[in-house]
Amino acid sequence: MESKKTIRNLLGIVVGMFAFGWLLVPIYDVFCEITGLNGKVTGPSFLSESSKAMEQREVLIQFMTHNNESMPWTFESEEVQMRIMTGSQQEAIFVFKNTTDREMIGQVIPSVSPGRGAEFFHKTECFCFERQTLAAGERIELPVRFIVDPALPKEIGSLSLGYTLFDITDQFTKKDKIANL
Amino acid sequence: MAVFADMSDANMAVGVTEVSKEIFDLHMLIFWVCVWIGVVVFGIMFWSLWKYRKSKGAIAADFDDNFWLEIGWTVAATLILVVIAIPSTTVMVKAYDDAEGEINIMVTGSQWKWHYKYLEDGISFYSNLSTPQEQINNKMPKGEFYLKEVDQPLVIPINKRIRFLITGNDVIHSWWVPDFAVKQDAIPGFINTAWTNVPTPGIYRGNCTELCGIKHAFMPVVVRAVEQEEYDAFVAERILLAENEKMLTSKDWTAEELFERGESFYQTNCVACHQVNGQGIPPVFPALEGSQIVLNDAPRQIEILMEGVQGAAMASYADYSEVDIAAVITYTRQAWTNGENGDGVIVTPQDIVAYKNKIEL
Amino acid sequence: MSTVVETHDHGHHGPAKGLTRWLFTTNHKDIGTLYLWFSFLMLFIGGSMAMVIRAELFQPGLQIVQPEFFNQMTTNHGLIMVFGVIMPAFVGLANWMLPMQIGAPDMALPRLNNLSFWLLPMAFGILISTLFMPEGGPNFGWTFYAPLSTTYAPDTVNFFIFSVHIMGISSILGSINIITTIFNMRAPGMTLMKMPLFVWSWLITAYLLIAVMPVLAGVVTMMLMDINFGTSFFNAAGGGDPVLFQHVFWFFGHPEVYIMILPAFGIVSHIIETFSRKPIFGYSSMVYAMASIAVLSFVVWAHHMFTVGMPLAGELFFMYSTMLIAIPTGVKVFNWIATMFRGSITFETPMLFAIAFVALFTIGGFSGLMLAIVPADFQYHDTYFVVAHFHYVLVPGALFGIISGVYYWLPKWTGNMYDEILGKTHFWLTFFSVNLTFFPMHFVGLAGMPRRYPDYALQFADFNMLISVGAFIFGLTQLLFLFIVIKSIRGGKKARAEVWEGAENLGLEWTIDSPAPYHTFTVQPQVK
Repeated sequence: MESKKTIRNLLGIVVGMFAFGWLLVPIYDVFCEITGLNGKVTGPSFLSESSKAMEQREVLIQFMTHNNESMPWTFESEEVQMRIMTGSQQEAIFVFKNTTDREMIGQVIPSVSPGRGAEFFHKTECFCFERQTLAAGERIELPVRFIVDPALPKEIGSLSLGYTLFDITDQFTKKDKIANL
Repeated sequence: MAVFADMSDANMAVGVTEVSKEIFDLHMLIFWVCVWIGVVVFGIMFWSLWKYRKSKGAIAADFDDNFWLEIGWTVAATLILVVIAIPSTTVMVKAYDDAEGEINIMVTGSQWKWHYKYLEDGISFYSNLSTPQEQINNKMPKGEFYLKEVDQPLVIPINKRIRFLITGNDVIHSWWVPDFAVKQDAIPGFINTAWTNVPTPGIYRGNCTELCGIKHAFMPVVVRAVEQEEYDAFVAERILLAENEKMLTSKDWTAEELFERGESFYQTNCVACHQVNGQGIPPVFPALEGSQIVLNDAPRQIEILMEGVQGAAMASYADYSEVDIAAVITYTRQAWTNGENGDGVIVTPQDIVAYKNKIEL
Repeated sequence: MSTVVETHDHGHHGPAKGLTRWLFTTNHKDIGTLYLWFSFLMLFIGGSMAMVIRAELFQPGLQIVQPEFFNQMTTNHGLIMVFGVIMPAFVGLANWMLPMQIGAPDMALPRLNNLSFWLLPMAFGILISTLFMPEGGPNFGWTFYAPLSTTYAPDTVNFFIFSVHIMGISSILGSINIITTIFNMRAPGMTLMKMPLFVWSWLITAYLLIAVMPVLAGVVTMMLMDINFGTSFFNAAGGGDPVLFQHVFWFFGHPEVYIMILPAFGIVSHIIETFSRKPIFGYSSMVYAMASIAVLSFVVWAHHMFTVGMPLAGELFFMYSTMLIAIPTGVKVFNWIATMFRGSITFETPMLFAIAFVALFTIGGFSGLMLAIVPADFQYHDTYFVVAHFHYVLVPGALFGIISGVYYWLPKWTGNMYDEILGKTHFWLTFFSVNLTFFPMHFVGLAGMPRRYPDYALQFADFNMLISVGAFIFGLTQLLFLFIVIKSIRGGKKARAEVWEGAENLGLEWTIDSPAPYHTFTVQPQVK
């Protein structure tokens, strides 16, 4: 009957829509990786052969730290800026201190400006990859290790790296409560 | 064009930078294009409405299309747009310049103030609205710079390329200085950049331009552009101030000194929510007068100032100096009727230092 | 596919008696009436909020309301006008006129039609009730950007989200009904390119609604998740992005504003044609222009976001695509004028509103073109210049379209001519006050006054006072409109079937009696 075919097709479309919605999560990740949108740095932590062959030049890298809202930790970078050569491994140290009397969990979110420079900023190691748990009063120094790709467009003379520290302690205490139900 | 530039209360700011002037010229160009199109189009329309009135005997024609006419005006409209698009693109590319800045300033928008941090020199400060509440509440005549004045403006040198790195602390704000034609949103977790190069000394006033809550209209932007020597002096002064603050922390403060300093801090930073009379606007902004914490629980009060209150509007003030924090706590514990009814404990800068280092109060 | 229509003697089947008639009706005329009265009521509610806003902005300083309440007024004024006035009014006009204009006895899905209407009082009941809850109603602007509308919102935001979902469902169901009706129930001989332009405008609008209302539902559901279920769509801490909200919202929001204007384009075409006594110039171009506007409306959304920090290439793309929309819109304006040119024109009230529409909507279009230019937009964005622009296209634009449609078709609905002198009075007072209210907003915005400000610096005071005066006059004048409508329902010079001279050949609605019988076109007409 014609109506059976219509029903089947319509149901198929509904299922297809939900499947597409599910798939959007990995598609989104891949898309942002390829385009480096949002200053989110997910480029490979290695240089391509063609990049390695390119001439190196000096670039200014600036570091800014910022605590979101009421995040009470101290969070500073040891160097505010450094002039480095593209194509070579670099390191910057950041200091975190939990100034309260309870254990807390923080998450650092990076942002690169200008945004189109993000795909040329390869991080091999970064505290922003994972959340950081600090005990009451604990102080820790963590590095960011990176290479700036020599293929960075000439118009970009400096890259500003902004790190925002968020307090995500609550999200995990809530999850534990739910897990214990 | 010049006469329109003078209509500063009715037209866009010409501004003082090369970019702002080009943007003004672009604005006037598009404006005149629209005016001329309007004159022609409305001219034909009003003429038709007058000439073809039935009351004057007009008989309707019966044509209802004209292929070449339609092609003609479609092409004409397209050409006009192309002509507008060219200078628009040029100015845009210039404004979006990504080159290095000679001075880099991190601008952070919070509810409801701006914070400026000079990356090279390491100085930083908050910039709060300084218009008194009495003017806003119509109890006092309004000053000339009503709602466009702050306690500490951003100070920059002229003729240097200044790069702004703009972020938000809580919700989205937006930093706008019309005279520089700089407007960028301050988004929490992200950095936006803008740049300017100001050739003329002066005071330039702008606003927050993204709805950010109740005091959206009360967090202006004020920038003072000064000669290089004055800028250097300003930086040196602020570095000294920061060092003095550190020294002041270890000095012995009397209760009266703390009260006085705390009162001034309170007027700038606390009245917006907790009000001049300490009554607050419960339940969102608690009253400080008569509050159990303020009367009897100094350790908890220190904790609140240092960490904020989770899930409430009270932010952390840990960024301020130990002197300021101790002073404002002491002020609230002594002000209004709290002085008579409280436990009499005053909080000193050393107490704040101790809190930071986890020593017992 | 054509529907088979039974002939029956409709003389015996009048409307049901009593109040339940209105609850259970499946008649397109009744439902049209319900939508129109609902939107009229919402006009006064949303309008009162505007009066509160303008009363506070009459002078610098805070006199009447505190910023907490002011923000609720601006937010709800916007939500009510967009979702509660303009959209339902056009749906009401569609319900009344579409079946008659295509020679159909009713809409394709009459019970669905009833549901689509009754969802709206539910939705707005919920929304308006939040204003009376302890934390106050939504206070984050009608565009409700995150995180102000998520992490920092009052608890009533959940009611707001629920209310928006219900409104969306109403629109989607209504649009399904409209598309089905137009495709399946046209009288024989009425090919697509013979359909009245109002029918075309609604066909296109209905597709836009189906495409974008689900996007609004999506963004509002993501908000719900972020607020209540610990997700981070719009929260950078969890890897999300507040700007994502803006992209998704404006992907809905831009087609939404075309949804709010396209039906007005259709109405105005009919009115100018009727009162110029000349066929509309360039019928096919009018259809193609509306379709192009609809298609283009999907690729311009980020022109609402030029200051969020998009890359240069993105900003330029959206600048060019936004400028492009001016072309089909301009074509329509030229065609309306070419219809008037060498016509035989009279100036009854609908025509006055339609002419004002053409002129003032065009002014709104000019400020829109200026806003499209990105570097200039850095100085316009979030100022009163934008407020001036959208009020010009929505008030003397969409609202004048609705009002002119009401005057044009009232005699068909009621059987009585409205009072022409009162109508003209309403027009002139409205025209004058609309311009007094919204034109100075251009100046005050250019001079630097941001939007959503309850208080402002002294240099903006003079214009603000003028604007407030204009707004009060405009608000009061709409009470006259209410009076005119009620008076026309209760009596007046009897209208004949054609109502307007020469209209019989312009549309099927002018071939039936005035007032239109409860059931019309129970026998399909033949269209040549």
